[in-house]
Amino acid sequence: MPGIKDRVSIIGMGCTKFGELWDKSVEDLIVEAVYEAFDDAGVGPDDIQAAWFGTVYSGLTAVTLAKALKLRYIPITRVENMCATGTEALRAAAYAIAAGIYDIALVVGVEKLKDTGWTGVSSANVVSQSMISSSNTEPDITAPSMFAMLANRYFYVYKISPDEGKRLLAHIVVKNHHNGALNPKAHFRREVTIDDVLNSPIVAWPLGILDSCGVSDGAAAAILTRSDLARSFREDPIDIKALAICTGDSRPTLTTDYDFTHVEENFLAAQMAYEEAGIKNPRKEISIAEVHDCFSIHEMLIYEDLQFSARGKARIDIESGAFTLDGDLPINTDGGLKSFGHPIGASGLRMIYEVYKQLQGKCGPRQIKNPTLGLTHNLGGSIGIGNVASVCILGRRD
Amino acid sequence: MVGIACYGVYFPIRRMKREQLAEVWGTAGLAGERAVANYDEDAVTMATEAAISCMRGVQKKPIDRLLLATTSAPYYEKQSASIVASALGLSSDVFTVDYTGSLRGATIALTAATDAVESGHARNVLLIASDKRAVLPKGKREQLWGDGAAAVLVGESDLIAVLEGSHSLSENFLGEWRGEGDMFVKSWEERFVIDEGYMRPMREVIIGIMEKYRFEPRDFRRVILSAPDTRRRNRLAKTLGFELTQVQDACLDTIGNTGTAQPLVGLISALEEASPGDRLLLATYGDGADAFIFRVTEKIKDIQQRHELKKCLRRRMSVNRYSEYLKMRNFVATEEPKRPEPIPLSVTCLWRENKKNLALVGVKCKKCGTVQYPPQRVCVACKAKDNFEDYSFSDKKGTVFTFSVDYLTPAPVSPTVFAVIDFEGGGRIWCEVTDIDPSEIKIGMPVEMTFRKLATVNGISNYFWKARPYRK
Repeated sequence: MPGIKDRVSIIGMGCTKFGELWDKSVEDLIVEAVYEAFDDAGVGPDDIQAAWFGTVYSGLTAVTLAKALKLRYIPITRVENMCATGTEALRAAAYAIAAGIYDIALVVGVEKLKDTGWTGVSSANVVSQSMISSSNTEPDITAPSMFAMLANRYFYVYKISPDEGKRLLAHIVVKNHHNGALNPKAHFRREVTIDDVLNSPIVAWPLGILDSCGVSDGAAAAILTRSDLARSFREDPIDIKALAICTGDSRPTLTTDYDFTHVEENFLAAQMAYEEAGIKNPRKEISIAEVHDCFSIHEMLIYEDLQFSARGKARIDIESGAFTLDGDLPINTDGGLKSFGHPIGASGLRMIYEVYKQLQGKCGPRQIKNPTLGLTHNLGGSIGIGNVASVCILGRRD
Repeated sequence: MVGIACYGVYFPIRRMKREQLAEVWGTAGLAGERAVANYDEDAVTMATEAAISCMRGVQKKPIDRLLLATTSAPYYEKQSASIVASALGLSSDVFTVDYTGSLRGATIALTAATDAVESGHARNVLLIASDKRAVLPKGKREQLWGDGAAAVLVGESDLIAVLEGSHSLSENFLGEWRGEGDMFVKSWEERFVIDEGYMRPMREVIIGIMEKYRFEPRDFRRVILSAPDTRRRNRLAKTLGFELTQVQDACLDTIGNTGTAQPLVGLISALEEASPGDRLLLATYGDGADAFIFRVTEKIKDIQQRHELKKCLRRRMSVNRYSEYLKMRNFVATEEPKRPEPIPLSVTCLWRENKKNLALVGVKCKKCGTVQYPPQRVCVACKAKDNFEDYSFSDKKGTVFTFSVDYLTPAPVSPTVFAVIDFEGGGRIWCEVTDIDPSEIKIGMPVEMTFRKLATVNGISNYFWKARPYRK
């Protein structure tokens, strides 16, 4: 298998400010993100040969994208793959470019959650059943509840008291809020303290509100071309090194094998991506990672699943500050889901936007030193019924 | 010969002191406490629990009739007994019937059951009575009534109590009623209802049965008299010439007046303490009255050892707040977190998944032996296709592998506890844990499954199973 490495490049990206964008529609978000990407790449709507439109709730068909941008009679596909939707849309476009079918493709991820009036998104029970009819016997386990199950088991297995565990997780929250405060596009731009996190109201024990990401609106877009054409658009294109998707098969609750202290789909997606990118030591070789910190406990498990930390040892790296802006592997430099919220279809591309900008050295006060390889990661679905994990690795061309 | 072969009982674990109910309204508190069904319980779920309690004592007997007596059926139109039969995993050739609309339903059904066995049309009839009656807050009946269910197996062999005789009166009497559109039971002036709806018919039926079979009050070890409360019951007993020591309590001051279940709760209370040879008199009222005479046999000892009633009485948790009571009975609407609407409930899906949902039946792979829930077409372990046998999880004990305490998911009483349960003998489920104090939950905690109502949507009661802490 030749893989995707160095065959497709990103030549332009855009990302809206994320937040409670009461005065903006899905169309507004698409236009803002895509026109930033057009300007960045130096192309216009008529240059786009095909497009992939990622959204979970904010448009049932690809017409939503065509209508907003007036993309006339080109092939557009709507993509949905839970929280990995944005990355999945990029993957589809990248494969089409790599196959030589198109020279320039557009990828858009958008979500407009704040028009729904919801507190949080749907529960785990939507994962395994039809959205239009069901016997509704799946337990109504909310997203924080699923991740609380991981936290409680992790603390039990590694003999961490709930108080110690909550304090450990709080370090991750403080880090991401610190990064987000430096980012004008973030939804929440404020520093928080360990005590703020520890004292925030419980959503699903042991996770409090500040352990959880918010509900936001936002969109992000990317323009892809073949790597051999990329330099004709810009001097500093960013190359795709790996694109992995791993889908779970409900093993966690169909068998008693699953340990609820890691997420197998995370681990396997990263393995696939490292192999495709030729990465032997991810902790050393990767300069920056944007990972799916929907809940603080998940970021901690990701450290281990993605082999940044040894199993059961994430604690050491958290306490040493290894993943802060000054650490040896800065993680969620833009503030993560914690600061951006999670407009589901947009999040994957928002992460890719940050890595793209970091690799180009354009991140201002949160810019890290000389990054060469960056990773993004998403996880969606249900911890008990099955997840979709995505990992994307991007590299700077020297 | 016809009689009782086994019994079972179920009381909701939640109890509330009557004085707590009175305190809310500034009225006089009565002695004792009452059982309060949890928000996920109703007449059908409690009936299922009582039936399971009964059937545990007689594993091998095939049930050919299931009779369910209740005044609080979840549907005005649509049978309840068939839901219970599904939950119990009974075969489809069982005859199911509801006896609704009468407080005397349990004994009307008992007459039908004993007739069926005596005539040879049935061998094992499972009779269940269950009630979660709704009465308006503030009154005495809010304090006196309690929720619960009881079941007896009526048969012809291995009897613990033999039926010696019965007597019945019918009359049109309007004392308590719930008409079209009524959520709560209404009643006429109390003294009239007691005198003409309770005392008179009960006296007539008891005097009638004693004359018919030539017994005197002293011939009975215990008299089980259905009653609105202990004071009226004792007064009735005295006027009939019974000593108070003969009067069997039907958990009136620990569980409350359990409606149609009360006569069976009383009968079971008597049986749990009875000795071989004891003669029991059972009488109940409601649009007339029924009376029965039973004689206890040697076999009573085997069934008594199970202590089903004592276990049910021992398992208790307090309802400490009236707001919890109101939510458990769905008497008040509350503001809940703004969550996505549930996926529309499909009756077709309910029908297709009847066995999976109501009997909690999963599968066991015939190739590799892996048990799994819900049922699969392809084995999760060895990928063998369509090579399974049914495997029931409803009777399997389990332990908590991990859990969460969820304050976000909408529920009448928050927070909601969810857990991953690993079953003895294999298999795993993730589900809600009910009848638990959230501070109790911990990894390794032993649990068992319990039949519950998840929600009522569009008038449809959606039943499923939850875990609950295993309590001895």
